[in-house]
Amino acid sequence: MRPVKGDMRLAAAEARETRRDPAPSRLAYRMNRLMLRPGFRRFLRYGLPILCVATVALIWASDAARVDAAFDRVGELRRQLEERPEFMVHMMAVEHASDETAAQVRSVLSMDFPMSSFDMELSELRRRVRTLDAVAEASVRIRTGGVLEIDVTERQPAAIWRTAEGLTLIDETGHRVTTLDARADRPDLPLLAGPAADKGVAEALELIAAMEPLEGRLRGLLRVGARRWDVILDRDQRILLPEVDPLTALQKAIALDAAQDLFARDIAAVDFRNPRRPAIRLGQGAAEDLYDTDFTPDGEQSR
Amino acid sequence: MSDLYQSQRSMRAMRRAAIQRGVIAILDVGTSKIACLVLRFDGRDRVPEGEGIGHMAGQTQFRVIGAATTRSRGIELGETCAVQETERAIRTAVQAAQKMANTRVDHVIACLSGGQPRSYGLAGIVRVEGNVVGEHDVARVLQACDVPDYGPDREILHAQPVNFALDHRTGLIDPRDQIGQRLSCDMHMLTVDRAVIENLIYCLKRCDLELAGVASSAYVSGIAALVEDEQELGAACIDMGGGTTGISIFIKKHMIYADTVRLGGAHVTSDISKGLQVSLAVAERIKTFHGGVLATGMDDREMIEIGGETGDWEHDRRTVSRAELIGIMRPRVEEILEEVRGRLDAAGFEHLPSQQIVLTGGASQIPGLDTLAPKILGQQVRVGRPLRVHGLPQAATGAAFASSVGLSLFAAHPQDEWWDFEMPSDRGAPRSLKRAVKWFKENW
Repeated sequence: MRPVKGDMRLAAAEARETRRDPAPSRLAYRMNRLMLRPGFRRFLRYGLPILCVATVALIWASDAARVDAAFDRVGELRRQLEERPEFMVHMMAVEHASDETAAQVRSVLSMDFPMSSFDMELSELRRRVRTLDAVAEASVRIRTGGVLEIDVTERQPAAIWRTAEGLTLIDETGHRVTTLDARADRPDLPLLAGPAADKGVAEALELIAAMEPLEGRLRGLLRVGARRWDVILDRDQRILLPEVDPLTALQKAIALDAAQDLFARDIAAVDFRNPRRPAIRLGQGAAEDLYDTDFTPDGEQSR
Repeated sequence: MSDLYQSQRSMRAMRRAAIQRGVIAILDVGTSKIACLVLRFDGRDRVPEGEGIGHMAGQTQFRVIGAATTRSRGIELGETCAVQETERAIRTAVQAAQKMANTRVDHVIACLSGGQPRSYGLAGIVRVEGNVVGEHDVARVLQACDVPDYGPDREILHAQPVNFALDHRTGLIDPRDQIGQRLSCDMHMLTVDRAVIENLIYCLKRCDLELAGVASSAYVSGIAALVEDEQELGAACIDMGGGTTGISIFIKKHMIYADTVRLGGAHVTSDISKGLQVSLAVAERIKTFHGGVLATGMDDREMIEIGGETGDWEHDRRTVSRAELIGIMRPRVEEILEEVRGRLDAAGFEHLPSQQIVLTGGASQIPGLDTLAPKILGQQVRVGRPLRVHGLPQAATGAAFASSVGLSLFAAHPQDEWWDFEMPSDRGAPRSLKRAVKWFKENW
């Protein structure tokens, strides 16, 4: 009789017999060698997942209706997010601007509130505000509380330009600010005239500043031939200034006036166009007087 | 023969390519175990700094990154007798080594212990073209060696030039660029059974491995176990394996003779198995744990539990004295050694200047062999272990791994063989170039 223990031992021995062969099958061996290929490992790690995802995505995208629905849904979600009250803009505030300019800004932007801040292109708004003549500089931002704040720096008119169309206010760079109905509305500003007078506003303002001693007599500045200035005084007197360095010429004229009371006399024009050879054109009466005057030695003081 | 020449050349090219790629496997297909080493060649010589350390035998060029051993199946006397089984065993070893190395190997260098190697000494003589010996003169003299009729079912495994003589100077290692008229060469040729090597190649092919070289295991054991002086002065390496005992005789760092005794440790095991009536596995265990060849008085008293799993309680609880075990083992070991002595005598080993004999291989680890062997083989006997190589696991440094280590050295630093030189018939290139130049001269 075989003992029970021995029987168990035999079973164990048999089990050992069956698993004694550690040899891999041909397929397992090949698989093992394949897995040891670095390229194959990389493919399994990166290529295969990418391929799987791409395949699924392609299959999904092969139905146009499904893609459209998905895009619609995304658009809907986006709209919902954009229209949350946190992102809505309810009003516009125009800062540092006169009422007139503010009205202009509002009209040029012509926005209907409430509006989502995602739909606003602030740089575009700023560009549009800056197209206004009255606006020199503008900054646009959305303030907390849903306020579109437009901070405007207005153009400061520096002179009045009279043209055939009418009166225009221009700033010191020559840019148009607004039209003016009457000269009397802005008596504080000097008057410029002539074609292309706006190109020489800076020079004109310098000249006007130099005209301070004769301020009361100044009527305005006339641009001649779009290149040089004539200073017009009352009594139709003119100072013809050169194209180059008119300020010095004007100062000479003013000095002449201070010394000899030049413009109080009957003079039609002082011609400084050639600064080295100034000329004086006499007024009508003075010219006639001069014509009648006897310049003989004894005829002195004969009139 | 030119078929073999081509295949050997292509194997050599494959070996170079594998070393270029950096990874090559070593497969020692033995009777009792199959060992697989994975070598990494990274082009760095790890020669340690120090006085007196010169050129090494190539063992500094590589590192063992994977090692695996498995019990071999389907192999008897070093020859495959069941291809499927052998293939499975090779797969096991290669896969385990690959796993340890964590890399894939495609090229393998194998060694062969069976196949009844036969040594031939060949001699050739030619007149040198011109005054200076060139590469093609070496090839011509190798070609001029008169190849004996080694039989239709044999294959040349090694054909190594071992000596060159120029006029009256002999013992030249490298005759190239020397001045002389008459160049003669001695070549050592080793043939093995064609069926054995073809079976091995078939097994490796079934495992998707490319064969990058084949070597005789007796030869590679000699490379690993003999120290440089022994190789230089003359020594025999006895690789006592499981199924066969390989003999290789070296002089001047060349193998000049190789042979196999078809007896080994497996026969000792089977003797124990028959004598004690136990299974082979139990006999192997008893041999490894308690074996010996030198009985002393103590051994009569030392009783060995035989054990076993037959299920017969009485049978499994027998004891045997160690003296009895030695009495079983010793005659077989003596027989092996006497057979080796006979082969060495037949080869004319006694004419060598130094007659050092180095025992290695798994069966050389029997305790007492160092006392028994001198009685049969002469006084200059030592038991040798293989050279240490980088990265070899401790478990694989024993004498049983002599041929694996030797094969690694062989892979790193192979001996020039006959097929490494261009055969004269192949040298068409210079002539065709000359013809092209001539054609140009005539036509332009």
